[in-house]
Amino acid sequence: MYGQYKTIDEANRAVIDKVVSSSPFLVDVVPAKSVIEELNGKVILHAGPPIKWENMTSPMQGSCVGATLFEGWANDADEARKMLENGEITFIPCHHVNAVGPMGGITSGSMPVLVVENRDGGNRAYCTMNEGIGAVLRFGAYSDEVINRLKWFRDVLGPTIAKALKVKGDGLNVNVAMAKAITMGDEFHQRNIAGSLIFLKDITPYILQTDVNEKDKLDVIQFLADTDQFFLNIAMATGKAVMDTARQIQHGTVVTAMCRNGYEFGIRIAGMGDEWFTAPVNTPQGLFFTGYDQDMACPDMGDSAITETFGVGGFAMIAAPGVTRFVGAGGMDDAVTTSNEMMEICIDHNPNFSIPTWDFQGATLGIDARKVVETGIEPIINTGIAHKEAGVGQIGAGTVRAPLACFEKAIEAYAVKLGLIDPQ
Amino acid sequence: MLYTIVKQNSYQDSVNLMLLTNKISTMEGINKVQVMMGTPANKDIFKGSGLYTEELEGAASNDMCIVVDTDSEEKIQEVLDEVDNYLNNQAIAGSKEAFETVRSWDKATKALPGANLAIISTPGQYAAEEAEKAIDRDMHVLIFSDNVTVEDERRIKEKAHDKGLLVMGPDCGTAIVSGVPLAFANVMKTGKIGVIGASGTGIQEVITQIDRLGAGISHAIGTGGRDLNDKIGAITMLDGIKALAQHSQTEVITLISKPPAKEVRDQVVQLLQSLSKPVVAIFLGEEPHNHEGNVYYANTLEETAAIAVDLAKGNEVKANYNTLQGEVPSVELKPEQKTIKALYSGGTLGYEAATLIARGLNYDNSGAHEEGYLLSTDGFEVIDLGDDIYTQGKPHPMIDPDTRIQYFQKAAQDESTAIILFDVVLGYGSHEDMASALIPGIEKIQKEAQANGKNIYFVATVCGTDQDPQGIDDQKAKLQKAGVIIRDSNNQAVLTALAMLDMQIEEVQKEVVAGPEVAKVDVTVSEAIEKLLTEKPNVVNVGLKKFTEAITATGGRVVQYDWRPVAGGNPRMRKILSLLK
Repeated sequence: MYGQYKTIDEANRAVIDKVVSSSPFLVDVVPAKSVIEELNGKVILHAGPPIKWENMTSPMQGSCVGATLFEGWANDADEARKMLENGEITFIPCHHVNAVGPMGGITSGSMPVLVVENRDGGNRAYCTMNEGIGAVLRFGAYSDEVINRLKWFRDVLGPTIAKALKVKGDGLNVNVAMAKAITMGDEFHQRNIAGSLIFLKDITPYILQTDVNEKDKLDVIQFLADTDQFFLNIAMATGKAVMDTARQIQHGTVVTAMCRNGYEFGIRIAGMGDEWFTAPVNTPQGLFFTGYDQDMACPDMGDSAITETFGVGGFAMIAAPGVTRFVGAGGMDDAVTTSNEMMEICIDHNPNFSIPTWDFQGATLGIDARKVVETGIEPIINTGIAHKEAGVGQIGAGTVRAPLACFEKAIEAYAVKLGLIDPQ
Repeated sequence: MLYTIVKQNSYQDSVNLMLLTNKISTMEGINKVQVMMGTPANKDIFKGSGLYTEELEGAASNDMCIVVDTDSEEKIQEVLDEVDNYLNNQAIAGSKEAFETVRSWDKATKALPGANLAIISTPGQYAAEEAEKAIDRDMHVLIFSDNVTVEDERRIKEKAHDKGLLVMGPDCGTAIVSGVPLAFANVMKTGKIGVIGASGTGIQEVITQIDRLGAGISHAIGTGGRDLNDKIGAITMLDGIKALAQHSQTEVITLISKPPAKEVRDQVVQLLQSLSKPVVAIFLGEEPHNHEGNVYYANTLEETAAIAVDLAKGNEVKANYNTLQGEVPSVELKPEQKTIKALYSGGTLGYEAATLIARGLNYDNSGAHEEGYLLSTDGFEVIDLGDDIYTQGKPHPMIDPDTRIQYFQKAAQDESTAIILFDVVLGYGSHEDMASALIPGIEKIQKEAQANGKNIYFVATVCGTDQDPQGIDDQKAKLQKAGVIIRDSNNQAVLTALAMLDMQIEEVQKEVVAGPEVAKVDVTVSEAIEKLLTEKPNVVNVGLKKFTEAITATGGRVVQYDWRPVAGGNPRMRKILSLLK
């Protein structure tokens, strides 16, 4: 019934063993269309499960406009919007092409993507690079500043990091960087300062050895030094590469992806392969910059919940005391309560990521969809909060819960697939 | 008007500054405020919120920038003071609890590996399932929940019995195991008397009387009200009696029950007769006329305690302990004032009052009653206000005074009412100061009665000990000050109320007669039960969080299981989960 596994528990164990034995390396930065065949055309990738233009949030639509302008498919925003409305541009979820994207997740062919290879499974995953904060594409901005930055990514930042990685030769071991950073207070969703610093420290000597001109070298290093969340996108590609290896085992109830498109939240479980189980997204709650409040918050977006799927992010709240106050006005007790609560829906601890503030217990490992349904504990996700109008950008940060209905639908479909119960 | 303050080289984390911003925005006279580090990206945010000023231009990434929009310049100093105050006092007050909180059985047993007792206070329809999960994990169970079917109760009890485990309940309101009060329980002296009972307030009255008489208890085991029903067959009662018989520090066994089915009664009595320890038994409502061998029968809960204490102290057992004590207050009543309204929060206390008043009236009270009524004849009424029909959507009268005050008023409006009789039950779980909560209602009734030129007398008993969180002396003193006539036991309160209306109950003098010859019964119990009675329990508290308080306060260890119904109670999901095991 469960392939070579006698029980669901055994199948789940096999899936999480793949997460533990993973060996992700950052190996390259390349134009997206060079590795994602589908992007050789008027195609845009987006975050979350499949979505139609009219259901996209305003920021996600703004990102699409930005990508259309960046690719030169349209001369101005009005024209771009018309093309998008008329269906001249095809939308594909990042997840369908081995990719993940933050917030809107909008990715087009010319954008450079980080390439993370899981050497345990031999598969690769892709993610765009972090643009910093302020006016950025992922929050729906498409001003000249945004488009120019993307061009600089394409022409300078991407190629420079790619060259540095070539000098390095065998890629950067991401598990090692994460194991260090988690002891330095990162949880890889809300906080990536340590990971970004480690990346800067690891990559700088190689950048210096490339044939890139001095000004570009300095600009690249300055950008990496300024961008606290740079490592987030590396962690996302890593989570995707690792979970994609693990979900080659198509049995059991371990959650292999969680993502949101501002309209629906979608999950996958191992036993149901590529199928999405969706429910309307929630809106994040948290702290807001002055002048903004909860009413202006955009519904939940982004593939970044792959970090929580991987066992970090909100699940590793206890590792990142610096950001715990986003869960409320809480201190360490609230952080440990959050991680302990998430442990209730997980199968084990991941020995790769030992957390000192959690008595050196490993990060959570393997969300079991059955446990989510049984306990009613919805996975917690740390997240930035976008303004619901395109282009305003980030207005706060906080947490959001994955809707229970996704998990109910997933286990019901699995029980039906196994012939244990009739469909309703 | 915008004011800008740049604090150079004063780095703070952005989360801190967001919280600080929130705090300052609540100050009076502040239209808008933003506190951020002076990074380029943050400067853009200042622009976005209309708070950008030229002074910000020169600010560096490590400078804290405060921009305040206010109409009065003097506010700025206040803001700066608040900023300093906030940044200097960032420590978050810890709210550490003495126990861990979990959301599943697996985590519960990991958090407390030696857990050997579960308290279940989930809604009734889930209680059996959770009890079985506890039994599967080799735990004894106290089921506080009611509305468990007899079939479920029997299945659970048989399963537990086969595994050498004890099930207290369902509907077990109180127990004390190895000095640890469970659910609604009193804080007791430790002593030689082991109590087992099928009634919550029956146990509470007997053990608090034992405490008052200067003795203490080893354990108080609750069996649940239906245990002696013929469908259950006293499974818990029989195991519990054997456990107390085995327990070396228990020298006297005390049993409290409503009259059981005949076959069950015979089985229980046969076991009691075979024991080498003396036993005091009360079958509430029966009128025993003799003691038999080692088994002493009592007529009232007070007498039960008194016999047990004399046995524990090695005194001779007297023929009768039910004599009215204390002076009978003189009363001035109008001719139509002839009746007692007894309004109880404790079901068994009410049942005892009904039995005694019926005896005083020479009234046969064996017929069926309307729900909640324990007696109703000629204007005499005894009501159990803890009965389901009074607690629908309302807290139990041991926790909340409102229903009781309402019924006090109703009673006072009846012209025949001379006396209002009631109980106050103390202990963990009960209202923290019920006397003070009831007194305004009582005083109002007395004042109104006096205005109408008559008296209404309040007579009460307080069931508790001086070690209870509420303190019995304090509660009695408060009630007495409000003119309530207080007696030391429920029995004495009822006898006093009857005597105030010139009614007496004939006292039964009991002799000791030889008991029947019975075969010795094997009283060996499982190691698990033995351990329960020799060590402080490690408890998994499934449901009502307030039950943890008594356990931690008395040295027991507890993990709180914040229970939710599996899959939110969704039947299809529950089924799917059971199929996907």
